[in-house]
Amino acid sequence: MEGVYAFCVGLLTACGVFLCLRGRTFSVVLGLTLLSYAVNLFLFASGRLALYGAAVLGSTEKYGDPLPQALVLTAIVIGFAMTAFLVILAMRSRADLGNDHVDGRIPSEPSLVQRRTGRKG
Amino acid sequence: MMQHLPILPIVIPLLAGVLLLLPPLCHSLPRQRFIAVAVNLALIVTAVMLLQRTHLEGALTYALGDWPSPFGIVLVADRISALLTLLTSLLGLGALLYACAGDDKNGMYFHPLFMFQLMGVNGAFLTGDIFNLFVFFEVLLIASYALLIHGGGKQKTRAAVHYVIINLVGSCLFLFALGTLYGVLGTLNIADMAAKATLLGPDEQPLAKAGGLLLLAVFGLKAALLPFYFWLPRSYSSASAPVAALFAIMTKVGAYSILRIHTTIFGAGAGALAEIATPWLQPLALLTLIIGSIGALASPSLRTLTANLTLVSMGILLTAIALQRADATAAALYYTIHTTLVTGALFLLADMIGRQRGKAEDRFVASRRMQRPVALGVAFIIAAVAATGAPPLSGFVGKVLLLQATEGAVETSLIWPIVLISGLAAIIALSRAGSSLFWRHSEDAPVAEPTPALRIIAVYLLLAASPLLVVFGGPITEFTDAAATQLHDSAALSGMMQQGGS
Repeated sequence: MEGVYAFCVGLLTACGVFLCLRGRTFSVVLGLTLLSYAVNLFLFASGRLALYGAAVLGSTEKYGDPLPQALVLTAIVIGFAMTAFLVILAMRSRADLGNDHVDGRIPSEPSLVQRRTGRKG
Repeated sequence: MMQHLPILPIVIPLLAGVLLLLPPLCHSLPRQRFIAVAVNLALIVTAVMLLQRTHLEGALTYALGDWPSPFGIVLVADRISALLTLLTSLLGLGALLYACAGDDKNGMYFHPLFMFQLMGVNGAFLTGDIFNLFVFFEVLLIASYALLIHGGGKQKTRAAVHYVIINLVGSCLFLFALGTLYGVLGTLNIADMAAKATLLGPDEQPLAKAGGLLLLAVFGLKAALLPFYFWLPRSYSSASAPVAALFAIMTKVGAYSILRIHTTIFGAGAGALAEIATPWLQPLALLTLIIGSIGALASPSLRTLTANLTLVSMGILLTAIALQRADATAAALYYTIHTTLVTGALFLLADMIGRQRGKAEDRFVASRRMQRPVALGVAFIIAAVAATGAPPLSGFVGKVLLLQATEGAVETSLIWPIVLISGLAAIIALSRAGSSLFWRHSEDAPVAEPTPALRIIAVYLLLAASPLLVVFGGPITEFTDAAATQLHDSAALSGMMQQGGS
């Protein structure tokens, strides 16, 4: 279970980082969303992974750590609010600046990769 | 009432922010201004009382909901927290008075946002729980996102996109670091983490180290440490003046967090994890100082110059913090008071100068004559002398304290030349700025826009701190020494824990 869990967190993080490095605001928003999913899962795992452990003492033999669950809830709420703000900000910058590039302008020089492959940006 | 003193700097702006959004106040700007200034004065009084109590009685611990210390969330007000809370409210008063002269009309909800920002900053200074620190970071960040874009405009939107994205990534890293540290240490109370960090086995130490260094990266992002500072010049120079002035405290929140976490948890007493930040922090802080000086020399306008001087001051501050000694920390605290207020005043001044020069704004080009060259010129020379660290004002004292705190040939030979040459660069940049802003002008008539007296009062209020810091240098350095000793004294820390349990 730990292996699968770690793999999923890692995959989400990798995709999030990749999308954050893109040039358009939409993919950056998606990237940040994926990163916050990864963070939530990661925080959840910081209380160790255990099956059938209730977070209440006395009801079961094994009990889960309640603190990471509280932390995850807080992190979800904050992450959600921040993402909502970023979406609005991205729309505002699309309207103000006339494009959806994070720098506010489309880079005019074709990048090295595009020149090499002959593709147009 | 007195027992609730540590939470008042958080609760007062929170309630005021909410009240300002409600009907009798929300549609009337004069009422909002009155309430906001009154609340800010109340905050100053509270902070002074807190300062006095923490100085006389030692650190105060406030258990939220009266849950005992390692389990519940605590607020800890020691000398440093109280001092920085007072600094925040003083800077807030200056920025608020300036905003009341007209900048708060440019958009809605300026005053509520300002209050939430103060709440977040005060909370970050007062919390004794590292997850709570994250929450207060988010409070101050979301208020700062809205304040940064307040008033609208292309420049602000563009700067805000970068600022928001980089801070969201920073928040993600913060949570990763917290998860790692919680997984290893099993606690989030800062004092308790310090106690647990000494007990770690050799398998767990690398994980704790990774978490600690990740936190350093996050705080470095807030404090504009070298690889993470690129957001600062643009966002600070595009924000409206009172907001930029208030943001002068935000980088200090990052520096304070580095000081708190890396002195308390990963300080000298942490065994194998002792001072893990120093090998990174010291060179990066000095490089930040160098880059900030180069940026200051290359700045085309007074706002950009001020933003780069912020970088220089962060470099000096973090160099002092990286020394990890009580006398260096005391120097850092003194320098923090000085640089926060003077940088804030410089941002306000740059805006006032820009408004009087028509199209040229605050760029270093010849333009029409200013309307009130004397009032602005005197303020500029005070700010410039203080910011460069030339005698007789407070920047000089701060730098001398830092230079005195260096020990050994290697440290001295690295830090002295860099700090002194950066001072020279600041002198060159600011004298070039002053001479082109005040002396090179065309024969056109001055711009008719009047300068409200309130703006000038706000700037002089902040600048008055610099001579006062020198005049009352004795008591202030005694206090900063005591505060630094308290932070570095691990015995005081365990006392703090027991207090929290009662």
